[in-house]
Amino acid sequence: MNNSRKSFLKKSRRSFLKAAGISAVAIGAAPAIKAVAVASGGGGSASSLPVVSPKAEALSAKRWGMAIDTSKITDEVVESVVAACRNAHNIPDFTIEPDEEKYPKTRPAKKMQEIKWIWEEHYQYAFPEMEDEFLAEKYKVLPFLVTCNHCKNAPCVQACPTKATFKRPDGIVIMDYHRCIGCRFCMAACPYGSRSFNFRDARPFIEKINPEFPVRSKGVVEKCNLCAERLAKGEQPACVEASEGAIVVGDLEDPESEVRVLLNDNYAIRRKQELGTEPSVYYIM
Amino acid sequence: MLEIAIKGSKKYWIWLGVLLTVMTVAFAAYIDQFMNGLMITGMSRDVSWGFYIANFTFLVGVAAGGVMVVIPYYIHDYEKFHRITILGEFLAVASLIMCLMFIVADLGQPTRMLNVLLYPTPNSMLFWDMCVLNGYLFLNIVIGWKVLEAERNQVKPPKWTTPLIYLSIPFAIGIHTVTAYLYCGLPGRGFWLTAILAPRFLASAFAAGPSFLILLCYLVRKFTKFDPGWEAMQTLSKIVCYALIANVFFFLCEVFVVFYSKIPGHMAHIEYLFFGLHGHNALVPWMWTSMTLMFVAIGLLIVPVFRNNETLLPFTCIMVFVGTWIDKSLGMISGGFVPSPLHHVTEYIPTVQEVVISLGVLATGLLILTVLFKLAATVKEEVRG
Repeated sequence: MNNSRKSFLKKSRRSFLKAAGISAVAIGAAPAIKAVAVASGGGGSASSLPVVSPKAEALSAKRWGMAIDTSKITDEVVESVVAACRNAHNIPDFTIEPDEEKYPKTRPAKKMQEIKWIWEEHYQYAFPEMEDEFLAEKYKVLPFLVTCNHCKNAPCVQACPTKATFKRPDGIVIMDYHRCIGCRFCMAACPYGSRSFNFRDARPFIEKINPEFPVRSKGVVEKCNLCAERLAKGEQPACVEASEGAIVVGDLEDPESEVRVLLNDNYAIRRKQELGTEPSVYYIM
Repeated sequence: MLEIAIKGSKKYWIWLGVLLTVMTVAFAAYIDQFMNGLMITGMSRDVSWGFYIANFTFLVGVAAGGVMVVIPYYIHDYEKFHRITILGEFLAVASLIMCLMFIVADLGQPTRMLNVLLYPTPNSMLFWDMCVLNGYLFLNIVIGWKVLEAERNQVKPPKWTTPLIYLSIPFAIGIHTVTAYLYCGLPGRGFWLTAILAPRFLASAFAAGPSFLILLCYLVRKFTKFDPGWEAMQTLSKIVCYALIANVFFFLCEVFVVFYSKIPGHMAHIEYLFFGLHGHNALVPWMWTSMTLMFVAIGLLIVPVFRNNETLLPFTCIMVFVGTWIDKSLGMISGGFVPSPLHHVTEYIPTVQEVVISLGVLATGLLILTVLFKLAATVKEEVRG
């Protein structure tokens, strides 16, 4: 059952890629992949992976990965990507003024205690070990988007003393916010600064709460979950949708996935590759 | 035996009253932290551990330092330490309780702390740290209590305490080794990523612990009729001397490796601590103070005339204690987090509330220490009649 489904998926994807052309990126691909997934669904589990939602329309992969086309990242793209992630996941914005009536006597927020899932950095910070005084000018000013790398060998997963941070069989490094004790060992362990701690109750600083996603309580760590909740519904991650084709997610283990095709055709780098964490986020240069 | 603790002089009760007052104020500050979260601290996204974990790390060392009296007495039959062994064990008990309190104070969700037991995770160093810390605490409570009780009844301690005493020695080394492993196994933190971290932690522990014990001996001598013995204190000061030299030596080895190899990710942290980075230099005066204190203390401990001077020794010990505290608390934690893995410089300065809560933990530890030392001193007075 599973095998026949897989080969069908593969075939569909292949024919789709042929039709759309190899350069096609997420903006076109999102609805198409969704259509393929829905069309091929109907009969039982979408994959052999136990944790992944059994819903027929779910997008699945052996190992999820992301490719970010740095040439397509503009300030506008950054802004809409960050906003899309913020709205999808109830990430507080410490720059807004809390509603006095709803949240009286809210203490002022400290910027350095903010929460970030995906954000903008410059090259020298995204790739600090690759600092180069003669780096091409364009890279010095180019905005880079950084987020959780969903590492294959994730130091945060190794460090967590309660398994609140764990790795799903499909490669997504994800958190159980109800098990986290807030020891922040994972934050010390992450070499990418991708984790944030809820130093306070986030609610006063969320403009409009999205009821589809939980608001985290104070005292727990959080980070990018690759929109696992959207993938389970057959939707593309919020950042991919907002990125105007600059961000693509897909199966790194599938040589014919869009991500792999992009990686095959372009030179791509990963952050702090020398540490052996095997990040799943690639930057196409 | 506990009844001894409720019979004391006026000074004893005033001291306990002072400690209880500090504890009450700190508890109120903690309730506020419990309700509102760790936002009340100076910690941040980039510096996610601060004063609590720093003091925790230092106090693990003080606790492990107790083994410096246990080894000579129980393994080498060094009789001079007979009187102070119990003090070393009780110091370990008080320090470990402070350690555990600092951990709880640092947790974002302290009510969930038992998750560490409910979902034991052997690949996490924090799990092992919990095991060895609680194990060492348990061992010291049992050993200290049983040995003191036996002394009071003027009988030999029960035979089953002997294997526990021997077991407590690897545990003492273990608590500080595993605590160092919390830090030195993390791939992205150049400052901590060094095999010398655990030995350095132990060296600084064997300086800080015994130097504090010497100070406590002075206090015991002053406030009780029990005399721990000048010779024992002198031997302790030699131990402090060797350990402090080892600590500074290990640090200089680190400095050589980092600055001769010139790997930027490793240099940046030490540069930040001692010279400042991109205009951020909050810790520079502290680190130089620490180095000065440790070097001067080494001088005062090496030269016999200074080391054997009864008036000077307590000041030397204070220098060792403060110097190693800055080195291991302030420097070790902030130094690891600044600059961040993305090489941003976010400085950490603890808030007043954070310091008050920490003082509350220290007051609790001192209260436990006072009561335990009173038990020990009173029993020893009784026995000597």
